[in-house]
Amino acid sequence: MALELQNVSRLVEGRVHIHLTSLTLQKGTMNVLLGPTLSGKTSLMRLMAGLDAPTTGRILWDGRDVTGMRVQDRKVAMVYQQFINYPGLTVYENIASPLRIMGRDAASIDKAVRDTAEMMRLTPMLQRKPLELSGGQQQRCALARALVKGAGLVLLDEPLANLDYKLREELRIEIPRIFEASGAIFVYATTEPEEALLLGGNTAALHEGRVTQFGPTPQVYRQPADMTTARVFSDPPMNFLPCVKTFAQVALGEATTPASGAFADLPDGSYTAGFRANHLSLQPHSAHALPFRCKLGVTEITGSETFLHLSHGADTWVGLVHGVQNLADGDEVTVWLDPAHVYLFDAAGQLAAPAAYAQSDLKGAA
Amino acid sequence: MNKTQNNKAWFLVLPVLVVVAFSAVLPLMTVVNYALNDTFGNNQFFWVGLEWFEEMVTSSRLHDALGRQILFSAIILAIEVPLGIYIALNMPKSGFWASFCLVLMSLPLLIPFNVVGTIWQIFGRVDIGLLGHTLAALGIDYNYTNDPFDAWMTVIVMDVWHWTSLVALLAYAGLQSIPQAYYQAAKIDQASRWAVFRYIELPKMQGVLLIAILLRFMDSFMIYTEPFVVTGGGPGNATTFLSIDLVKMAIGQFDLGPAAAFSLMYFLVILLVSWVFFTVMTNLDRQEQK
Amino acid sequence: MAQITLKNLAHSYSPNPSKDADFALKEMDHVWQDGGAYALLGSSGCGKTTLLNIISGLLRPSQGRVLFGDRDVTDAATSERNIAQVFQFPVVYDTMTVRDNLAFPLRNRGMDPKYIADRVQAIAQMIGMEATLNRKAQGLTADAKQKISLGRGMVREDVNAILFDEPLTVIDPHMKWELRTQLKKLHRDFGHTMIYVTHDQTEALTFADKVVVMYDGRVVQMGTPEELFETPQHTFVGYFIGSPGMNLLFAQIDGNTAHVQGQAVALGASYAPLAGRTQIGIRPEYTRLTAGEGLPVSIKRVEDVGRHRLIRAEVLGQPLSIVAPEGQEIGADLTHVAFAPEKINVYADEWRVQGEAAR
Repeated sequence: MALELQNVSRLVEGRVHIHLTSLTLQKGTMNVLLGPTLSGKTSLMRLMAGLDAPTTGRILWDGRDVTGMRVQDRKVAMVYQQFINYPGLTVYENIASPLRIMGRDAASIDKAVRDTAEMMRLTPMLQRKPLELSGGQQQRCALARALVKGAGLVLLDEPLANLDYKLREELRIEIPRIFEASGAIFVYATTEPEEALLLGGNTAALHEGRVTQFGPTPQVYRQPADMTTARVFSDPPMNFLPCVKTFAQVALGEATTPASGAFADLPDGSYTAGFRANHLSLQPHSAHALPFRCKLGVTEITGSETFLHLSHGADTWVGLVHGVQNLADGDEVTVWLDPAHVYLFDAAGQLAAPAAYAQSDLKGAA
Repeated sequence: MNKTQNNKAWFLVLPVLVVVAFSAVLPLMTVVNYALNDTFGNNQFFWVGLEWFEEMVTSSRLHDALGRQILFSAIILAIEVPLGIYIALNMPKSGFWASFCLVLMSLPLLIPFNVVGTIWQIFGRVDIGLLGHTLAALGIDYNYTNDPFDAWMTVIVMDVWHWTSLVALLAYAGLQSIPQAYYQAAKIDQASRWAVFRYIELPKMQGVLLIAILLRFMDSFMIYTEPFVVTGGGPGNATTFLSIDLVKMAIGQFDLGPAAAFSLMYFLVILLVSWVFFTVMTNLDRQEQK
Repeated sequence: MAQITLKNLAHSYSPNPSKDADFALKEMDHVWQDGGAYALLGSSGCGKTTLLNIISGLLRPSQGRVLFGDRDVTDAATSERNIAQVFQFPVVYDTMTVRDNLAFPLRNRGMDPKYIADRVQAIAQMIGMEATLNRKAQGLTADAKQKISLGRGMVREDVNAILFDEPLTVIDPHMKWELRTQLKKLHRDFGHTMIYVTHDQTEALTFADKVVVMYDGRVVQMGTPEELFETPQHTFVGYFIGSPGMNLLFAQIDGNTAHVQGQAVALGASYAPLAGRTQIGIRPEYTRLTAGEGLPVSIKRVEDVGRHRLIRAEVLGQPLSIVAPEGQEIGADLTHVAFAPEKINVYADEWRVQGEAAR
């Protein structure tokens, strides 16, 4: 079983909502759509669900063309950011409602409802009304209603965005577990890189209606295909620095590093170096580490770590360092960066050379 | 979103289309027929072209009725819209009194038009009506059957009594949709009561108010039953509005040709105004979505 | 500007509160220092918005007094308190231009037009909206509208305090960074007292000098981000701060050793005999997998969070989270987990017990 989008695009009133996209989602996979607001996550989901028809292209389900088919005739379930339940019905009746519409017999409905409720930890609340429950429980009820149908495709559109931080944390752990038990194709839209990483599976990075990269989540994170993907998949945002490769060395601002590894084969010229906040450090953590003089804007302490907002020439960077650092705003600080953590992007923004650490890391994971 | 997946829905609409065709389109065609012909009964028709239309466009009788009609609609809109907003602003926001007010406000809307007319016809009578009698007892010379001014006052007050609730209820619905945070922010900004109304309440009510104005305009422009019951268009022609005049012409004098031409023009005027309103409203919607 | 004092404050939404549970806000005494940056952190329904509304005067407390400096403002209306508030959803006057929106609080107070123009210009520059000053607020993005709300909060120089009610809820992660830094900068530049209500620990910890953690209508701890992280006074604080929260294991405490299911764990301090339910708390950041040292552990799941790995495990029948650095191999030989002794906190009936330094 698979959901296949072939050269799908969507225009609304002359504006492109989704650029030409081809994607194949395999049975039993978790697929994350990661991108900022208005990047086309919801539009893409609506196309997958059949709520909207694509302007071009076809949508195949198990090799069968379902492009024009009504949503009601597809086996699709969707969960939204808002907690959508029938307020007048009990949790039990809410979960049972899709099965009643399908006309299943009472005994099988009862079994399905109780099994799903057990999985979603809703058993003690079956006789209560949704509005008497906490936000997390309401969203679990909505999830249960989506799952009970046994739909082959479950679409989750930022389902945790309206929940408290801690509840979000709990459900983030539960969703992969539920997904593994269901065997369906899950599609999960989110704006948060951390959520994508926690869910695992595959990630499609979206930006302005375009899928910039699709692949296994850790790979998209560690080998972003271009600067856009790298930016979308970093929180805090990725730091950038213009640099020049000449012969055997790469000049990164005031620092220079030998062009080894993947950098060695690059043609000479200008590139943009990219690195993540957590790879900056206040101490030289390796023999190759490069120093950068920066002006400190603001520091933010999270209790165990410190965010440094830095300006390096015209560039603004964010650094995430261990421990609580009591530095005065406006100080001159030296931050260190290991070249193994540097990605190089070419003038068109495409990845020219991946960071050395990421390659060994991926091999280790595989 | 507006793409239909299949065309089944059209079959469901079909019965309605058939009914509309028989009840509206066919009679309208008959009217067109009358407007372009002269007839002396016995189904004998003589083609007169646009003659009736010319006669009507230049008729001073029609001009007078149109003038009265526009004046009437303008006056009641000028009273009912601000009054409706004022009432909505002062209605309780929640609790028992909110429901109580809502029920009270909807009562006039539930009374059939001719009953409203009859109520006011009796209410205003000097001999037995509470209003007429009281005014007379206070020494005010009030008689809506003789005095054109009194007749106008009665018709206008009656319409205000009957329809202000509609404006108030719509405005109230608009007000209820404003999140509390806006009022709190305004307090913190030390905004005056007027500023709160002007910058928060009015913009948020804009959509429903336009609907209210459209509804009230169309209704008042076509008003027939109530003034007919109360004044019968009099004294003289003082409260003869377009539709009363139309009925007089068509059924009273049996001038079917001119009346048909008249009603077609009447129809077009209302269509035009409604279209203008609709365009304005959809434009506002689009602005809001941006 | 003034110090804000809450005296014997409590609030109940029911007219005749009789028992403790009737109070949305339990009795408290609290002082907000002039010029401090505070965060009020807690889950929904913990009373933090109630407290904020009492300070801003949108709600009158059922008991106790609210003082701004020496002045009792308990019965003063919101508009008299001279505060600014930014709400969860952007509140802008749609029909006004951005400029008029920013000028509105000043115009209502009848300020000099020249002063208003300068001030609006300065604020616009600060929130990065100089280019859009003449646009109608209607039709701007949620980010931009929220920036206007922030700007309107900042525009008055003489406010007693600026209150924020989860102001970044509708903002994208990337924009959150920008707005949060801007807030910090504004606090540094102007020194207003700021109180920031949120359920998001990252926002609270990064914004505030002092974080007030609320739980079930009570303030359970007030401290610097570091104190909340290192020495949570209540197990709720341990759970609520940190992602994932602090690990809690039931244990018997005996001097400077804890016994978890009979296995000894060294503590960084010595404790007198304790009554009640005793637990030890250890942050996932201070645990590490070993080949033999520490307690036996079985690994359930490994999550790659990018900059580190999150290991969900079970130790002696109790769940445990472990944070491992990015790139560390998790081999089959790692069967035990060790804790940094000086980072272990001890709890009796959910409250932290202070140990004596071990000799």
